[in-house]
Amino acid sequence: MGSGRLYAAVAAGGFRRYATYRAATVAGVFTNTVFGVILVYTYLALWDEKPHLGGYDQAQAVTYVWLGQCLYATLAIQGGGAEKDLMERIRTGEIAVDLYRPADLQLWWLAGDVGRALFQMLGRGVIPFAFGALFFPMALPTSVTPWAAFVVTLLLATVVSFAIRYLAALSVFWLMDGMGVNQVLMVTGIFFSGMVLPLNAFPGIFGEVVRVLPWAAQLQMPADVLMGETDPLRAFVFQAAWAVALLAAGRLLQSAATRRVVVQGG
Amino acid sequence: MAGVTGTTGAAGAAGAGSGFVELDGVEKVFEVRKKTGFMKRERRQVRAVDSISFRVERGEMVGYIGPNGAGKSTTIKMLTGILTPSAGRLRVAGIDPSRERTRLAHRIGVVFGQRTTLWWDLPLVDSYRLMHRMYRIPDARYRENLDRLVELLDLGDLLDVPVRQLSLGQRMRGDIVAALLHDPEVLYLDEPTIGLDVVSKSRVREFLRELNAERGTTVLLTTHDLQDIEQLCKRVMVIDHGRLMYDGALTGLHEAGDSERTLVVDLERELPPIEAPAPARVVRVDGPRQWLAFPATESAAPLVARIAAEYPLVDLSVREPDIEAVIAKMYAERATA
Amino acid sequence: MAERGVLVEGLRAYRLIAGMWVRSSMTYRTSFVVTVVGNLTVTGLDFVGILLMFSQVDSLGGWSLPEVAFLYGLSVTAFGIADLVLGSMDVLGARMRDGSFDTLLVRPVPVLAQVGADRFALRRLGRITQGAVVLGWALVSVDVDWTVPKVLLVPVMVVSGAAIFSAVFVAGAAFQIFAQDAAEVQNAFTYGGTTLLQYPPAVFGKDLVRGVTFMVPLAFVNWVPAAHVLGRPYPIGLPPWAAFASPLVAVACCVLAGAAWRVGLRSYRSTGS
Repeated sequence: MGSGRLYAAVAAGGFRRYATYRAATVAGVFTNTVFGVILVYTYLALWDEKPHLGGYDQAQAVTYVWLGQCLYATLAIQGGGAEKDLMERIRTGEIAVDLYRPADLQLWWLAGDVGRALFQMLGRGVIPFAFGALFFPMALPTSVTPWAAFVVTLLLATVVSFAIRYLAALSVFWLMDGMGVNQVLMVTGIFFSGMVLPLNAFPGIFGEVVRVLPWAAQLQMPADVLMGETDPLRAFVFQAAWAVALLAAGRLLQSAATRRVVVQGG
Repeated sequence: MAGVTGTTGAAGAAGAGSGFVELDGVEKVFEVRKKTGFMKRERRQVRAVDSISFRVERGEMVGYIGPNGAGKSTTIKMLTGILTPSAGRLRVAGIDPSRERTRLAHRIGVVFGQRTTLWWDLPLVDSYRLMHRMYRIPDARYRENLDRLVELLDLGDLLDVPVRQLSLGQRMRGDIVAALLHDPEVLYLDEPTIGLDVVSKSRVREFLRELNAERGTTVLLTTHDLQDIEQLCKRVMVIDHGRLMYDGALTGLHEAGDSERTLVVDLERELPPIEAPAPARVVRVDGPRQWLAFPATESAAPLVARIAAEYPLVDLSVREPDIEAVIAKMYAERATA
Repeated sequence: MAERGVLVEGLRAYRLIAGMWVRSSMTYRTSFVVTVVGNLTVTGLDFVGILLMFSQVDSLGGWSLPEVAFLYGLSVTAFGIADLVLGSMDVLGARMRDGSFDTLLVRPVPVLAQVGADRFALRRLGRITQGAVVLGWALVSVDVDWTVPKVLLVPVMVVSGAAIFSAVFVAGAAFQIFAQDAAEVQNAFTYGGTTLLQYPPAVFGKDLVRGVTFMVPLAFVNWVPAAHVLGRPYPIGLPPWAAFASPLVAVACCVLAGAAWRVGLRSYRSTGS
């Protein structure tokens, strides 16, 4: 119970920290809205050409675009969440302090990132989504159940997203500099999450592969659950399986990194 | 005490009208917008520098001190051309800094205490090569200056070391070299000894003394460390709330602030307060330890001798007055005057 | 001729500082290699996205794949050049917050050159390379009767486009002086702009096309001249000479952005924030 309260406090700290960047949040809302408009028009042209591409109709394609803009910062799809600070602490060696803290390193950073995600969702994600719903036809459910299931997939998506970025951040223990890893995070995040094109619309065997990678848990799953395109339970299992596998990998890497710090003496 | 304001010290009074650094009624007013409610914002004018006038002669070494937010760095920023004054006249080497910032840049050197201008990932000497070319320093002069400065500041072995591997003190010395390679006529130093260990501090001070004595470089330094001032500057200016509170010799400042040093005495056992000769007096007793205040202008030696002769002394130390205390004292006296 | 002196001084300072950043980045060799490859890939994936779309359809808004690739290659190459030259200006806001911007103001070289060269990174060549490859493929694949003016328009588009995007970067930097934390707004016009221009203008609403033609004239990077080269109608009515107006638009943008920068710098120097 006591440790639960600790991580809740860490999450609240993450929320508050991002809440202080007001101008940055407003700027982000503007940018996501602009990108949403650009993408919506290209998708509409694409779905005009080929209706029901990827099993979506036009309204669903539009919904997918705005959900992507809403989750872009929330899930730190191209990076820029907790892993950024973690990399910096590893690079400067301040991480040694964290290792002596009487808290679990992975849970600590996860809690902070969840707090950040919640703020990004409310502060930065909701407005572009609402803008989209106001000016473009969207396919949103009218009953409570899909929305409830959507909230669950979002939580799971947040954990998967963190687990991927946590692994990337730990690599700095060996690489000493995060520039390259960040680049990789960005590439994989944007492409394999389906920010460019819904993974459903990826053709052939390539599409099959992309749809089972962990990034599919980030945007595609929540979108399909919200629009009733997939069985929510199946989505939960998929996301949870990746979350567990990636978090476990994170722990393994973490203990290897810790040994390294101890050997080097910080 | 009000009479102190605006008077020039012994050094500053000479050769009026030909100052190397001249300020006449310089002001800097910032407009601050403050949130007062959900959508309400209040506009307020803050006078960061309020009608300051002084002149510094070529070759002077002057301390510019005051509490945080007093207007020190705003003044320095106007002197270096970073900020434009709201009113008043300002000249450095005959140049109006805000109008001819780049021309002035060739003639001044600036060291920002906690902000290094050296290239973090590159060997120290690379930063100097950049200065060489950016300031178009003639090759021979660059080589000569680099050799001399590196020797004086003892950086010879570190030229090929990446800056990120240098200690704070080494980096500060490195920054001072970078600021002097182009032979500036005036050097602004912002907290040059902050965070440095004792050895680095004394090395930096010793270097600045030599620079001033041998090259005649005018030095203006801001600091929180009264020892910097005591060891380097004959003249000191105190600024607070944007106004020049004092301009004169350091000893004068002690008098002006009527500041006191403290002698901390450890006796063998608890005793009643020491009977010290006036004006020294006991200000605090805590077990066997007693604190005595005495004027900063007087030597501690006679007092120490007397106590040692009459009391069972174990240990003692002298605490210097710090700038904040001196300024606080000045205020207190002003209020009652 | 003082202006010209400042320009020459600025370019020289830019070269010196950019060189220092290149050498700095070389101290982390693995990371450098990874970032070069990463940059090439990240920008390349944009085009993979377009290829994926065309794996499902034969045309987009009536434009064929080589035609869209032509737009894409022009947009990305022009943007890539501007990004290489001035792409790190978004650190300006951070520099103002931590005070290191002041250290640039005491140097005897133009501030814009110092800010422009800040964090100069050769890895950005990745985007240019990728854009140029796509442009090359598009040039040999599009169905165009090449005339001398049409051939000449291609390099004119790349150069003018780079200048227009550069002006956007400079204007964004000036904006950051007033809104230091709002650096991301710039992304809407830079990254957003280059993304927009990768798709046929016919895809977008007329109001959006009007805005991008007359308000923020990004359309002159490629849309307007490329529509002429490909012989496709432009969604909104423009005089025929508009196809050749890109250099003029670029000059006008640069002049305006330069003025905005000077206003911003003057404001910083009078307000200190």
